[in-house]
Amino acid sequence: MNSHLPILQVIIPLMAAPVCIILRRAEWVWGLTVLVTWAVFGMTTTVVIDVLNNGTIDYFIGDWPAPWGIAFRIDELSAYVLLIVSLIGAVVASYARASVIKEIPEDRHYLFYTNYLLCLTGLLGMTATGDAFNLFVFLEISSLSGYTLIALGSDKRALTASYRYLVLGTIGATFYVIGLGLMYMMTGTLNMADLAERLPDVVATRTILVSLAFLTVGLSLKVALFPLHLWLPNAYTYAPSVVTAFMAATATKVAVYVMIRIFYFVFGGTDVFAEQGVAEVIMGLAIAGMFIASIVAVFQSNLKKMLAYSSVAQIGYIMLGISLVSVSGLSAGLVHLFNHALIKCALFLALGCVFLRLGSVEIKDMAGIGKRMPLTMGAFVIGGLSLIGIPLTVGFVSKWQLMNAAFEANLWPVALLIPLSSLIAVVYIWRVIEVAYLQPIPASAPSVKEAPLSMLIPTWGVALAAVYFGIDTDLTLGVAIDAAQSLMGGGQ
Amino acid sequence: MSFLENLGMPGLFNYWVVIFLMMAGFYVVISRGNLVKKIVGLNIFQISVFLLYISMGKVDGGTAPILAEGITSYSNPLPHVLILTAIVVGVATTALGLALVVRINEAYGTIEDTEINDIEKKVEDAE
Repeated sequence: MNSHLPILQVIIPLMAAPVCIILRRAEWVWGLTVLVTWAVFGMTTTVVIDVLNNGTIDYFIGDWPAPWGIAFRIDELSAYVLLIVSLIGAVVASYARASVIKEIPEDRHYLFYTNYLLCLTGLLGMTATGDAFNLFVFLEISSLSGYTLIALGSDKRALTASYRYLVLGTIGATFYVIGLGLMYMMTGTLNMADLAERLPDVVATRTILVSLAFLTVGLSLKVALFPLHLWLPNAYTYAPSVVTAFMAATATKVAVYVMIRIFYFVFGGTDVFAEQGVAEVIMGLAIAGMFIASIVAVFQSNLKKMLAYSSVAQIGYIMLGISLVSVSGLSAGLVHLFNHALIKCALFLALGCVFLRLGSVEIKDMAGIGKRMPLTMGAFVIGGLSLIGIPLTVGFVSKWQLMNAAFEANLWPVALLIPLSSLIAVVYIWRVIEVAYLQPIPASAPSVKEAPLSMLIPTWGVALAAVYFGIDTDLTLGVAIDAAQSLMGGGQ
Repeated sequence: MSFLENLGMPGLFNYWVVIFLMMAGFYVVISRGNLVKKIVGLNIFQISVFLLYISMGKVDGGTAPILAEGITSYSNPLPHVLILTAIVVGVATTALGLALVVRINEAYGTIEDTEINDIEKKVEDAE
């Protein structure tokens, strides 16, 4: 049984999805979703512990050995990402009930949970698979269900946001397939480990360079690397709160994982990533994103849109770490991947609580909300402080690592830009704190009470995790450094 | 050498078709404002990739990959199988895209990009 866990964690949510359609009744479907997501989290944890103790797991589907069959390959890097995806998946599912009742018409609840499970399947599959084409299939499973989830938003702009994401997402995925096809032409394999072995011999060919270009652009679209982030702000703003919290914490993070996998594992035996200027281009775009997206965030009146732009900026930090091409840079990027998932999940969950009671996340409607919903806004403030990078929060850990990595690479101007762009985060988080705590409650405001416990507990759980992992960095930083070392080690 | 041989004809003919379809489809996605036409462009773009895969599976002088006496050279069936999967994905994407267009038409009363932008701008200004 244990030996089949790598595939079960992906298959069980996939199988549960059609059961949701059969069950149909909203509360049963929700119960099943919560059960399945926590079971998946349990299985993932077991797999992760196994990987950390005994090393990489290779699982052959249907017992077909690797070049013929599809192999799942879980090393430290994928274990690390699997853990965060399944954790967020379980927490957000537990939170979903009340928020979904408020934001989605009752006859569509079961469809929401079906798509939620499919999206989780796709994301876990992308992380666990060791086959590059299989990754594309899982990518499309998560993307198609993701577009549907976004389109369930109550505002009609959710439809156009979903449509635009569909067009850009499909272009990104198709670029990935083109790049993959060109690699297959030169190597005759789609298994990532085999690709990594055979690519060094053919890397100097034009075909492989073109393939690298297609992969980079396609994945950058999925990552929402500035300036390819145009689909992201509206998609996050108009999607249901639950979907935003889930997607912001997982979808772009898994895309970043795929990028790391391609650059450092598949192309790991070559130095094409550093030599061909790909790293420099990504570094430039990452820094541009850190500043431009942060500044745009300051001027947003809708808080979900503000946090969406902040996400684009934070992806800049992650990509900056990856573009440094060093163990410390890569591990800083990985730590921020984990930490930012927690931070953004906590912030969007808190905004979901606000929307439940207030029916709006416009900043002008939130005057004095800190006094009326102290627990919700407390979680928001913790998330906000983490986003800025105050010591004793996760944000500090990752930014500290990132600065160290930049100094190590002798890029001190880059190192100075990191705290500078964090100052912009102070501005946009402070705007919210000022309105929520320092402004009086307007007399005309409708009376609102605190969000229900079913939503507060998951929100605070994630917010406290964002503090806990800021103090105890053994798990996150330790595994990130190990994963980075084994990836960079393979490259030498 | 004639002009056509310079382009790698006839051996690379399929790949020129792939590039042409790819660019044509991509151009339609970017330049057309009609949401249905965008989906059609996206389809052409995806189909060019199907052709790319199918062409690369062909082995010169190879036959269909069925074991038979006296035949030693077979074409590679794997890319074709991959593209079966990609076709299914493409159909699902098209279906979802068109379904969204139907919903957008119900909500906005138009499927022209510029008109939708105008309506969204008005909504935003009102907020």
